Amino acid sequence: MLTVEQVEKSFRGTPVLRGVSLEVARGDVVAILGPSGAGKTTLLRCLALLERAEGGTLRLGDTLCHLPTASGREAVALRRRMGFVFQSYDLFRNKTALQNVTLGLTVARRMPRAQAEEIGLAMLDKVGLLDRRDAYPSQLSGGQQQRVAIAPQPEILYFDEPTSALDPELTGEVLGVMRRLAEEGRTMLVVTHELGFARNVANRVVFMEEGRVVEEAPAQTFFSHPREERSRAFLQQTLEEQGKES
Amino acid sequence: MTARLWGIVTDSFWKILAPGLVVTLPLTALSFALAMVIAVAVALIQFAQLPLLRPAARFYIWIIRGTPLLIQLFIIFYGLGQVGILLPPFTAAVAALAINEGAYCAETVRAALESVPAGQLEAGACAGLTWLQTARHIILPQAMRTAFPSLSNSLISMLKDTSLVANITVAEMFMAGQKIVSRTYEPLVIYLEVALVYLLFSTVLTKLQRAGERRLNVYDYR
Ligand SMILES: Nc1ncnc2c1ncn2[C@@H]1O[C@H](COP(=O)(O)OP(=O)(O)OP(=O)(O)O)[C@@H](O)[C@H]1O
Ligand SMILES: [Mg+2]
Repeated sequence: MLTVEQVEKSFRGTPVLRGVSLEVARGDVVAILGPSGAGKTTLLRCLALLERAEGGTLRLGDTLCHLPTASGREAVALRRRMGFVFQSYDLFRNKTALQNVTLGLTVARRMPRAQAEEIGLAMLDKVGLLDRRDAYPSQLSGGQQQRVAIAPQPEILYFDEPTSALDPELTGEVLGVMRRLAEEGRTMLVVTHELGFARNVANRVVFMEEGRVVEEAPAQTFFSHPREERSRAFLQQTLEEQGKES
Repeated sequence: MTARLWGIVTDSFWKILAPGLVVTLPLTALSFALAMVIAVAVALIQFAQLPLLRPAARFYIWIIRGTPLLIQLFIIFYGLGQVGILLPPFTAAVAALAINEGAYCAETVRAALESVPAGQLEAGACAGLTWLQTARHIILPQAMRTAFPSLSNSLISMLKDTSLVANITVAEMFMAGQKIVSRTYEPLVIYLEVALVYLLFSTVLTKLQRAGERRLNVYDYR
């Protein structure tokens, strides 16, 4: 469903992505793992066309997009089929929870308000926030804000460490909603440092380091029999760190 | 106070208030509404960094803020008349006040636009909105809320600046006061009375500002 090929990106001459390719099939939950600075966030931002890649293509369904030359119109059309949940919850601060999930429908897709609200209410219900429909982002907890961001239902959802800015007790509720979406067969590309989530919810893992994909494997295989030396080192170190925390 | 003086005061009150209601207030409202249109357009042009229009916007702000309003009024009313553009006094007054206030408010709105976090623009893009849609539904409403107190300030100050248009023969409150003074030779009480009516008007505007701010505070964010 999503095929990404040879994405390249540098910042002021320093290469950050050096030809990243990956594939996400419909219903897949793909976890992107990797040390800090590996280029995970940059990759997602390039795939969202928020950052202009210097090379590479993206195919979503039957739409092919050459990333370096994509027009503004192409970018908008693509983004309407994607959902984004980033580290810091960027909801529209002047809109209620319900308006936040319906704005993409009423404004971007010109859907009648009543129809959009019906859909929006169903979305909020799904993430357990129906009773907070009229709350503004400033009146929601971090976890609730992330759940609002998750609520719309595009073809593919991108996550960038959706829980890393949350208190531990709020992490669970967000991961819970993500797990439920995964079980429903939603297609997701998830940058995460939660190894437990990657292991139990993702069906495939992409391990990145220094702007390259080092290893790509089914989740179970990656955790039980990592092929590459670098993957093993990363897993060992991360497990140690997360062990210390808890 | 003598009975004669008291008679002049009560007599002239309506003569001052009436042009206040039918000239000063409409002049203020109309000019400020136009100024807001100019300000938002000029601020958005700069915020969007439009290549040719941006320098034009900066030029407009530079010229207008660097010259006195009174002289701008004279140029538009008397100066343009000389080259065949004859504007009625009220129209010339609206034009000068709007163009003048628009330049100041454009800076207020631009600063407010820039104070909206960059993440909000990206959030708009992520929701599938175009730049213009994001600007209209997300960025501008937040910016206008930030700018509201200073814009209210500008409105109140413009209300008082309308007294300058007496100089281009618009029969507003100040001119009404001048006429009464020339008849009665009581500048102290009459001009105090004119000042009082201005104070009355601006007090109402201040109250409206408070009410407006309370309404805008519904989505109270930091
Ligand atoms: N806007 C930018 N300008 C310059 N350099 C950048 C910019 N964004 C990212 N970088 C650099 O690109 C590299 C990759 O950054 P990126 O944020 O993609 O890493 P990451 O894998 O998401 O790391 P983390 O796990 O810490 O979030 C880093 O070296 C970073 O300093
Ligand atoms: Mg990152």
